[in-house]
Amino acid sequence: MSKKATTKKTATRKPARSKKAKTDSWKRADGRAFDELRTIKIESGVLPNADGSAYIEMGRNKILCGVFGPREMHPKHQARPNEAVLRCRYHMAPFSVDPRRSPAPSRRDQEISMVMRSALEPAVFLERYPRASIDVYVEVIEADGGTRCASINAAAVALVDAGIPMKDLVAACAVGKVEDKLIVDLGDYEDKKGQSDMPIAYMPKLGKVTLLQMDGIMSTEEAEKALDLAIEGCKKVYEIQREALKKKYGIDQPQDKPQKELQPEEPKEESEEEPRKEEGSQ
Amino acid sequence: MSANFQDRNLVLPGDVLYEGRIRTGENTYRNQDQVYATRLGLVNYSPDNVSVVALSTGYTPLVGDVIIGEVIDMELGEWRIDIGAQSEAVMGIPDAVDRPFRTDYVMTRVLDIGDTLIAKIVDLDRRRTPILSILGPGLGKIHDGFIVRFTPSKIPRLIGKKGSMINMIIKETGCRIVIGQNGRILVSGPNREREEMVVKVMNKIELEAHTSGLTNRAQEFLRQLKERSR
Repeated sequence: MSKKATTKKTATRKPARSKKAKTDSWKRADGRAFDELRTIKIESGVLPNADGSAYIEMGRNKILCGVFGPREMHPKHQARPNEAVLRCRYHMAPFSVDPRRSPAPSRRDQEISMVMRSALEPAVFLERYPRASIDVYVEVIEADGGTRCASINAAAVALVDAGIPMKDLVAACAVGKVEDKLIVDLGDYEDKKGQSDMPIAYMPKLGKVTLLQMDGIMSTEEAEKALDLAIEGCKKVYEIQREALKKKYGIDQPQDKPQKELQPEEPKEESEEEPRKEEGSQ
Repeated sequence: MSANFQDRNLVLPGDVLYEGRIRTGENTYRNQDQVYATRLGLVNYSPDNVSVVALSTGYTPLVGDVIIGEVIDMELGEWRIDIGAQSEAVMGIPDAVDRPFRTDYVMTRVLDIGDTLIAKIVDLDRRRTPILSILGPGLGKIHDGFIVRFTPSKIPRLIGKKGSMINMIIKETGCRIVIGQNGRILVSGPNREREEMVVKVMNKIELEAHTSGLTNRAQEFLRQLKERSR
């Protein structure tokens, strides 16, 4: 994905985008600006029984994600001798949509599971855990459009919370076309009445796109513009993900405290002195 | 040639820790001339390398570790033991019984499925499957007590410098504590109240592992608990 080339092209095409003034004044169904995300709330480490977990609220979406592993692969014949297998399970609760949906995994669930896996795989050091599996379970409690993006966002946070080594976080965001205008982070209503929808997952620090799907019709220029908008959106999501992960530890972390005071209690140093110890006394 | 963070700052995967030539330590990786973090943790700069002290990790088995596991399966001549690592551990009869090997040995008399045990990792085989042994002082089947789960990377913090933290807890509560390096800790004491005290203080240590002056705060916390129970 040559992002640089894309930005250059859009820059030269500026005059064609003179409609922008119109786009700015135009309001969306829920009153957001064209490049405004829904309110996002992420919490990490919500499930004590999972190795890592996250809960995300993205607009009216409510999604819970749990990560297990790296652990022994079952069934064993699916294990790969050279790397771990990342397994994702996306599932929508029967009450997540109106009317009620069947809890059985649908074709759509399977697709999103696969899409999530391929969006997250490039960020995980799978080769460090041969024969193991890393399982990501995503449960959509309430759906309001853009659940695959929200699921990826939650899964990335849960993976970090599980302590799985990663190259970067993965942030996801969709761009769509409604009434011939490009808008970021579509809600359910916009998704349904819109002409086009393009979800994107992006690794912000590495600058790499890991997922790009598109539904509907867009011209080449529009698609390129949409990609830029989506990447901007992903960067905003990324900041929220960072905050969520830091919040769990950041509360009593005195960042501005002088370093010397922190040094004596450092866990790292202690590990050398007392590498392993078994203690019994009564 | 520059550090991007201050020592002991909280970093996330993908953060560029250092630009320039330097050795990469734990939980970091290099891409050309940049060193990135791979886990959430506290960055540690030393003159010749950059590393991250992870705040949440799984357990990586190492030879010599004392661990606490649970028997999940039995096969002919070996037990399979869950130790919370990426692969199950195995223990053969010669590693469990200090007697000449006999083919008609009844394995369940030593350990049955569901039993919890303290064992030592004596070897990793060529698939990196840990091989355990319960021959040795302090090792073997566990009969009573609480098992507390702890983040393996934070165990040095629980022990403290020269055992300061763990000795303090033992002194204050009079419980027997066995630390498994895989993040499972056995607590058995004179009564249930005391054991629960240890569980509570361990949860506190786990949450505040990255802060300073923790031993004193933990001691205060324990004394408060004792005061309340009186």
